[in-house]
Amino acid sequence: MKSDFAIELVDVVKRFGTVAAVDHVSMQIRPREFFALLGPSGCGKTTCLRMIAGFEQPSSGQLLLQGKPLGDIPAFKRNVNTVFQSYALFPHMTVAQNVAFGLEMKGVGRDEIRRRVADALDLVRLPQMADRYPKQMSGGQQQRVALARALVNKPEVLLLDEPLGALDYKLRKEMQIELKQMQQQLGITFIFVTHDQEEALTMSDRICVMSTGHALQVGTPLEIYERPNCKFVADFIGETNFLPGVVTEISGEYATVNVADMSLVGRLGEGVTLGASAWLSVRPEKMQLVDEARANPSALNTNSVTIDSVAYVGSDTRVVVHLGGQRLDVWDENNISTLDPNFYFRAGERASLSFPADNALVLVK
Amino acid sequence: MATLLRKSRALQLLGLMFPGGFWMVVFFLLPLLFIVVLSFLDNERLFTLEGYQRVFDPLYIGIFLQSIWISLLTTIISLLISFPVALFMARLPKGWRDIALFAVMIPFWTNFLVRTYALQFLMRNQGPINLLLQWIGLIDEPLSMLNTPAAVMVGLIYGNLPFMILPVYTSLEKFDWTLLEAAQDLGASAWPAFFRVMLPLTAPGLLSGSILTFVPAIGSYVTAELMGGGKATMIGRVIAGQFEQAQNWTFGSAMSLILMVIVTIFALIYFRLGRGERVAL
Amino acid sequence: MAQLVSASSSAPANVAGESRARVSAGRLVLTTITAATFAFLYVPIFVLIIFSFNQAKSGATWTGFTTEWYAKMFANEDLIEAALNSLLVGTISTLVAVVLGTLLALAMERYSFKGKAFWDGLLYMPVIIPEIVAGVSLLLFFAFIGLERGFPTLLAAHVAFTTPFVYLTVRARLADFDRSVEEAAMDLGADEWHTFWRITLPLLMPGVVSGALLAFTLSMDDFIISNFVKGVGWNTLPVYVWPQLKRAVSPEINAASTMLLLFSIFIVVLSLVLQRRQSRI
Ligand SMILES: Nc1ncnc2c1ncn2[C@@H]1O[C@H](COP(=O)(O)OP(=O)(O)OP(=O)(O)O)[C@@H](O)[C@H]1O
Ligand SMILES: [Mg+2]
Repeated sequence: MKSDFAIELVDVVKRFGTVAAVDHVSMQIRPREFFALLGPSGCGKTTCLRMIAGFEQPSSGQLLLQGKPLGDIPAFKRNVNTVFQSYALFPHMTVAQNVAFGLEMKGVGRDEIRRRVADALDLVRLPQMADRYPKQMSGGQQQRVALARALVNKPEVLLLDEPLGALDYKLRKEMQIELKQMQQQLGITFIFVTHDQEEALTMSDRICVMSTGHALQVGTPLEIYERPNCKFVADFIGETNFLPGVVTEISGEYATVNVADMSLVGRLGEGVTLGASAWLSVRPEKMQLVDEARANPSALNTNSVTIDSVAYVGSDTRVVVHLGGQRLDVWDENNISTLDPNFYFRAGERASLSFPADNALVLVK
Repeated sequence: MATLLRKSRALQLLGLMFPGGFWMVVFFLLPLLFIVVLSFLDNERLFTLEGYQRVFDPLYIGIFLQSIWISLLTTIISLLISFPVALFMARLPKGWRDIALFAVMIPFWTNFLVRTYALQFLMRNQGPINLLLQWIGLIDEPLSMLNTPAAVMVGLIYGNLPFMILPVYTSLEKFDWTLLEAAQDLGASAWPAFFRVMLPLTAPGLLSGSILTFVPAIGSYVTAELMGGGKATMIGRVIAGQFEQAQNWTFGSAMSLILMVIVTIFALIYFRLGRGERVAL
Repeated sequence: MAQLVSASSSAPANVAGESRARVSAGRLVLTTITAATFAFLYVPIFVLIIFSFNQAKSGATWTGFTTEWYAKMFANEDLIEAALNSLLVGTISTLVAVVLGTLLALAMERYSFKGKAFWDGLLYMPVIIPEIVAGVSLLLFFAFIGLERGFPTLLAAHVAFTTPFVYLTVRARLADFDRSVEEAAMDLGADEWHTFWRITLPLLMPGVVSGALLAFTLSMDDFIISNFVKGVGWNTLPVYVWPQLKRAVSPEINAASTMLLLFSIFIVVLSLVLQRRQSRI
């Protein structure tokens, strides 16, 4: 039976001693998908990858590759390849020898090896480097060799453990685009580990956000950003303001939260119940600041605030305001009015802050 | 078979450990245990404490003390010579540093017998030094430089100096010089910077060198024989004598055991100081 | 010392002159000590080489140049035989020690097991136990189990005291080993066997080679242990030359020493060349 999924993790647990590095994680990764594992340092991303690759055995639970249990099949018999975080190139072999290694192990013929190595090096745009040793190459070039070495084997799934972590910002951006193109062109499933949320958002089809061994949410970048299912995800992805309060009303898809005697309305998050305390989460770019004179104070989610500080940061102007004893970040995209200090808000002034209910989210506390 | 080997770490371990482990137990550990047993047995293989009673004869106590004293002094002098030399080497430009290293390596790898003999040849009564001094007219009679404890010590320093310089050099080469600047930036003047920063960080090398010098010194036989002759005796010569001329195995074993205990005590001190770091070769 | 430490500080302009004077004074002291030390290490060796070409039968008076002693040495069948014996024992024991030591290093570095501390200690002991004690213990051991001394006992002893040095060298290299390259190999379809031969061993090779050179030199150099365990008529080179060094009757021994010296230099050069080659990777 052919499975709908390239890789499946079913209730996987991995313990090191008493620590559960991966704690009851289930996820399904679709064929040809660019799937990112995102989370802070030490949350168990690498451990997940190592279990899929076959370097670690789960303490309990099951892994399936195209519907077939991986069991204790050793790493070298799995049609899965890894791009290591430190690249792990063989220092005593040339680039060509590195790339040829996997094919040699499979017993592929000499001529075919030569052809496929050349193709792979073309793919990563390093054809003239075949006879160099890894030491003689820059970090970015080594990274491409590691990629070629894995891809040349035509794996069903490619595992990448923070492959861009060691590159400088500009190279990183370039490689992000290239990797994504390559993945679409080759049609291979990529599982990509990163702790850079921006990288995950721009590259992936779907993202799994992890924290302390748990898979908190799996979804498209849009879902993860717009509809985080818990405070951790909302906080980890992008910037967010959290206002603590108590849920006073639930109607349809919306919930009303009482925050410091103000009633604020947002979309209803998972598991939020009437009367429970909750977080109202609003992203700084999703609120508007207007002159008090022009505002309608009785409109939904509209309140008077005090401006605390104003800072110009290139694309935005970042304003910190006080709302009922809470500090909130508000980002205003720069335009003529924000750039003219005579017209824009100044610290100490009062202003009216508002946001539509759809731009806020009520999350369980 | 292959899968069995893959599954069973115990089996893998056995395959790796057994050949070497077996060899070391049979041809190293077991013989040492023999020494322990034999030191309590007389020629008729009956229990005796005679060997140890003889060790406490003032004559032998004296030899032990002299050996320890000479070895300690050798180690300290070697250390005092090696540190500036290694420091000088570590501060040389790359090309010169390699040449200097090469110059230390050659005696390091050169036959110990030959080197000690070369020194003895130089220092003989009719040797080049004496002839040179007489020819210049500084002395009338040849100086007698051999067959004294000092001669033994010179021989030991000469013989073991490369074993001190190399580890000290290695630790100095790895030393991050900006740390000294950091210390001075924080207000430490030269000497405190040296004692508080440089010395602790290079201590592993100094300790390795010390143990690599002390052990061969206290057990020395060749040097004691060639440089000390009949006059300045070290434990090594006494032990060898019990198995060659005297044929008193009980006494020889007892002496060997005590020598082992002394060395072990110093090694333990070394491990304490070095926090268990191993001698790097 | 203090001067040199302050060499790295950036003194303010007004004291720069004084500080520079201190620096160069420190430099001078270091240079002098280093030069003196190298003279101390090399003068005896050079004098020995020079006098191996001296006509005089005894004493250090220069009476003229000759290569007679070299001719005599090469005609000395006992000496040649001893040299060949040394090479034979050195080669075989090195081969065995390299295998045993490497396996032990793999086991000790990569597995955890009960009694590991014991093996840790045992494999370190040969560095600490004086050779004289090891030699005596082997003599007793072979005598007690009634094993006739000869080539096999010599070989067993040499393997036993060289294996730990190979082990320590390889283990040091293994400790720095980046295991992710092995995982990468497995990931690319290499089983444990292929991974070992294609990845682990080649990367370990510098350690194995230095270990082998060390083992070979130790074996070639060894006098004390060999002297106790060799059989009658089974001389190694150091054992053969020892009585003659002590009596120093003939300059022939100077010639033999010079040859040994050249051999050591050859080994150093070889090891450096090998290291160069390895460090390119
Ligand atoms: N071999 C091991 N032995 C013991 N603990 C381990 C081992 N490997 C990982 N851990 C622990 O498991 C947890 C998860 O580790 P993991 O390497 O998967 O984190 P990560 O998400 O990849 O972090 P990073 O972003 O820093 O790479 C950590 O707490 C780590 O200390
Ligand atoms: Mg990781």
